[in-house]
Amino acid sequence: MPDAPRILYCHCQYAQVVPPEVKEAVLKKLSDSGVAFDAVADLCEMSARQDPSLKRLADGGPVKIAACFPRAVKWLFHTAKADLPLDTAEVLNMRVQTAEEVCAALFNGAVQPNLPKGKVTGTDAPKADA
Amino acid sequence: MSLTTAATLRVVLYEGADSAPLASTDRFSALTALLEKGFAVTRAVAGGRVAPHERGSLIVLGQFAGRTPEAEGVTAGTIVRFQDITGLDAARIAERAEAVQTETGAARHGEWKPWFPVIDYDRCTNCMQCLSFCLFGVYGVDEQNKIQAQNHDNCKTNCPACSRVCPEAAIMFPKYKAGPINGDEVQASDLGKEKMKIDISSLLGGDVYSQLRQRSDAAKARFSKERDDKKALAERQKCLTKLASAASDIPAEVLMNLPSPEEIMRRAEEAKAKAQAALAANRQ
Repeated sequence: MPDAPRILYCHCQYAQVVPPEVKEAVLKKLSDSGVAFDAVADLCEMSARQDPSLKRLADGGPVKIAACFPRAVKWLFHTAKADLPLDTAEVLNMRVQTAEEVCAALFNGAVQPNLPKGKVTGTDAPKADA
Repeated sequence: MSLTTAATLRVVLYEGADSAPLASTDRFSALTALLEKGFAVTRAVAGGRVAPHERGSLIVLGQFAGRTPEAEGVTAGTIVRFQDITGLDAARIAERAEAVQTETGAARHGEWKPWFPVIDYDRCTNCMQCLSFCLFGVYGVDEQNKIQAQNHDNCKTNCPACSRVCPEAAIMFPKYKAGPINGDEVQASDLGKEKMKIDISSLLGGDVYSQLRQRSDAAKARFSKERDDKKALAERQKCLTKLASAASDIPAEVLMNLPSPEEIMRRAEEAKAKAQAALAANRQ
C-alpha cells in the first residue's frame, strides 16, 4: 500500500487574508484527528527565508497542504528552492474553501494533484466566464 | 543577519511512545500558541508520517513523566532539547520554546511582515519590466540572467505596484486581498484590465521621471526663494498624497518614503541599465 500523504498546515500568521474561523476549525480538526502533521506559522515567511524545512516538506513524497491559492503555494516553494512534486501535491485553499471542504480533502487519503503545470502564455488564460 | 542565513528551530509536539497524549483542548491551545509565536510545529504520533529533520535545532515537547526519550539518528550540528510539558499551560509552553530559540540563536519571527513579490515562472517572459520599475532594489538576475526577487526585505509592505506593471500578471503577493495578484488564477480579462495594469507614469500624465524632474526643478526654484524646510516638506507630502490616492492601493507611506527625485533618477537609470544588460545577454 502506498504511503499516506503527509499533511502540512499553514497558519498564515502575518496577515488577515485567511478567515480566522476557517484556519481555526482546520487546525482544531487536525489537532483532534490523531494524525501526524506539520504546521507552520507562515509559509510566506519561510519562503522568504528559504527555510530548509520547506525542502524536506517538498521532497518527502505525496503531500496535502492547507494554505492558500495553489499557484501561490507552488511558487512560494520554488522561491525557497524547494519545488513541490507536481504529480503528488494537493493544495487546499483556506481563503476560499470552507473548513469542512478542506478537512474532507485532507483526510480522504487520495491526493488530487492541483498545482498549475507548465508554461502558459496570455492566450492560455481562461476566460472569465469559462 | 540576512533572511536566508538565519538558523531555524523546529518544535516537535511528541505524543508517541513514552509520552502521554495531551488532552484535546491542551493540544490545540499549545499548537495555537506556538504558531502565533511564529514556530514551525510538528505533531508526531506513533506510526505517523512527517517531514524528516536534517539540520537546525529541535525542541521536543512531551509529557514524559520523567522518562526522557533518546533522540536517534541525530546528525552532527543538530541541537536537540527535550522539554517535559506536563502541567504547563500553552503560554508557558511557548515561553519554553522561546527560551530554546534564544539559547540556540534561532531566528525570531514576526519582526518583518513577509511581503515580497513571488514570481510565477510559468507566466514570466523575463521582460525585465519589474526590474526596470522597482526603485527599491528588490529585483535582480541570477547567473543565467533570469529575473529573480532577490532582496525581499527591501520590498515595501502592502505595495503591489510592480505586479501591476507586469504584462503577464506573473507577479504575485500572496497576502494581497484580490486576484490574480494574490495567486488566484489569471483570467484573460486580467491581462488587459485597466485596473490591473497601472502605469505609474500615466497616473502623472506622462513620463514619471520627467514629471519628477519637473517637480524637482520647480521645488528647487521655490526652495531657493522660500528657504523654508517645513514648507518644502509639506509641499512634497501634499504632492505624494495626491499620487497615493491616484494609485489607489499603493500605500501612502510608500510614496512618502520615496527617495528624492535625484535619487529616483539615479536608481531608475541603474535598474534600467541592469535590465538592459540582462536582456542583451539573453539575446546572445
